[in-house]
Amino acid sequence: MIPPFVIENSPALMVIVPFVAAFIAPFSGRVAPALRALVVGGAMAITSAITLLLASDVYAHGTRLYVFGAQAATLAVPPDSGGIPVRIMFTVDPMSALMLVITAISAFAVVLYSLTSERHHSGLGSYYTLFLLMVTGILGMVSTGDIFNFFVFLEILSIASAGLIAFRIDGGVAVEAAIKYFVLSTIGALAILFAIGIYYGEYNALNMALIAQRMQFTLLDQLALVLIIAALAMKCGAVPMHFWTPDAYSMAPSSITALLVVASQASLYGLFRTVFSLYNIALNAACVGWLIIILGVLSMVVGVTMAIPQKNVKRLMAYHAISQTGYMLLGVGVGLAVLGNQPLLDAFGYMAMEGGIFHIINHAMYKGLLFLTAGAIFFRIGTYDLNKMGGLGHSMKWTMIFFIIGALAIAGIPPFNGFASKLMIYESVFAFNPVLSVIAMVVSILTLASFVKVFHSIFMGPVLPEYKDVREVPRPMLAGMGILALVVILFGIFPSLVVETLVAPAAHALADQGMYIAAVIGGGV
Amino acid sequence: MLYNLPFVAVVVLTIIGLATIVLKRNLIKIFLGITILESAVNLFLVSLGYREGGIAPIYTNAPDRLMVLPTPQALTLTSIVIGVATTALLLSFAIVIWKKYGSIEIGFLRRLKE
Repeated sequence: MIPPFVIENSPALMVIVPFVAAFIAPFSGRVAPALRALVVGGAMAITSAITLLLASDVYAHGTRLYVFGAQAATLAVPPDSGGIPVRIMFTVDPMSALMLVITAISAFAVVLYSLTSERHHSGLGSYYTLFLLMVTGILGMVSTGDIFNFFVFLEILSIASAGLIAFRIDGGVAVEAAIKYFVLSTIGALAILFAIGIYYGEYNALNMALIAQRMQFTLLDQLALVLIIAALAMKCGAVPMHFWTPDAYSMAPSSITALLVVASQASLYGLFRTVFSLYNIALNAACVGWLIIILGVLSMVVGVTMAIPQKNVKRLMAYHAISQTGYMLLGVGVGLAVLGNQPLLDAFGYMAMEGGIFHIINHAMYKGLLFLTAGAIFFRIGTYDLNKMGGLGHSMKWTMIFFIIGALAIAGIPPFNGFASKLMIYESVFAFNPVLSVIAMVVSILTLASFVKVFHSIFMGPVLPEYKDVREVPRPMLAGMGILALVVILFGIFPSLVVETLVAPAAHALADQGMYIAAVIGGGV
Repeated sequence: MLYNLPFVAVVVLTIIGLATIVLKRNLIKIFLGITILESAVNLFLVSLGYREGGIAPIYTNAPDRLMVLPTPQALTLTSIVIGVATTALLLSFAIVIWKKYGSIEIGFLRRLKE
């Protein structure tokens, strides 16, 4: 049914399709806006389909290599190269596949949503160009096996994101947010490039698997590790480098914010990939693990306490996003702290990592959903100010239902997906260090409290006179939110199925450095 | 010592760049700081690949001598191109800020806090 050409070249196609469509979109908009909608929607549907196809293939048959410019797509080490992978390649292992699934679902839902929500705005040609470039950047970042290529996709993502954050200039305020984001992310990207230079100087290699194989963990490697951790922790919005997050998330159009969440997760993926696949047990796992745990706990606590007094609903959600990122860092950090100690890893380390990774996919879904509902409310009433809202539950019933689903999921209430991953984190972290687990639970309660307040002030109460003509948002926007809500519910009802099929292979692929190296260099360590 | 001179320059440029970004109040100067930082990283990459007395790595009719490494040069070219895009976007932000606020001092960028 599906031509073998597509399956064989899916890693390249999933990046090429949105990339080419990005530059067709503005021209097709000149002909007719409907044609542009068709091009963008069609390209995104194809991209998502190819991405999901690739992910399912990886889950079924193991790590996929795609070597650009080689005679065969899987020929990582040509016979005349002296055992060195010389070409740029994509290495799609189960962890990458998980990120691909997240991106495919979220980006598709966001496109459905924004085709309607942005319909009345100007400059849509460039909007969709940047949007598709963002998708390209994320997909490339999570699947590349070449560290310089990672940097290039990271920059594509940063530039496109910055353009979109500033997209609605909004009297200059959105541009302020974009400047903040872009200055920080450029400095971060330069730090990563410096680290890449260090690796190249030391190991004469840019391929991640080859660097991992040759890793000595000298002083220079420690410097490179610090640069990369600092840069990527900043890009994923962990405290104390979180300042850009609330500004950027609140000023970007809501549909873009939902994708920015996925972009942050892609940076988080880069962080985990570096720590686990590049260094693994070569580094002082307990020390770096605790560093990540501390970053996580700080993010959780600071994020939620800053969220509570916010008046702007998107700023509030952005601070919650910081707080939720903390859970992922905590879960995976605990896994890292016991890396190399097999009994402990089996006892709770894998479970903590699975919890953290499961939380990545859950967070992308429910946080995307929440930002989209905030956008839907803005679409109808034109404000994000909580004090000016009220009584919308009478007219926007579906939006309210989606908001409830998202809010309960983020607070970790069963039967939604946030509960499933948080429970795994609580249990495993409790075995590691009970205090951390207690902090995580308290943060979760505060999250619930905060969202009860938000729910009350947006939807409850009598119909306000100024909003008595408010109607439900159009169907395509509801469909976009519906996709994410459906995933939230399904993941919440069948968590063990998702963990077994999607998350556990990803966690094991991340922890097992030897497998990653062997997949590329063949024959092994 | 002479061989390490480029790396000393990298450190000096990095410090100048970071100091400019942190200390200056004018958006254009901050963006210049980023450009200086970028040059530092580019210089670092190029000097990694340099071999004393090496020739350009073109194999056609090449004399049998030491060559400089081509990969860091390719990386630097890519990085320069990305740098141009970055600078252009940053400067376009500065233009919008100037139009909207009438100033590009970061002291005026306070509206987000309200």
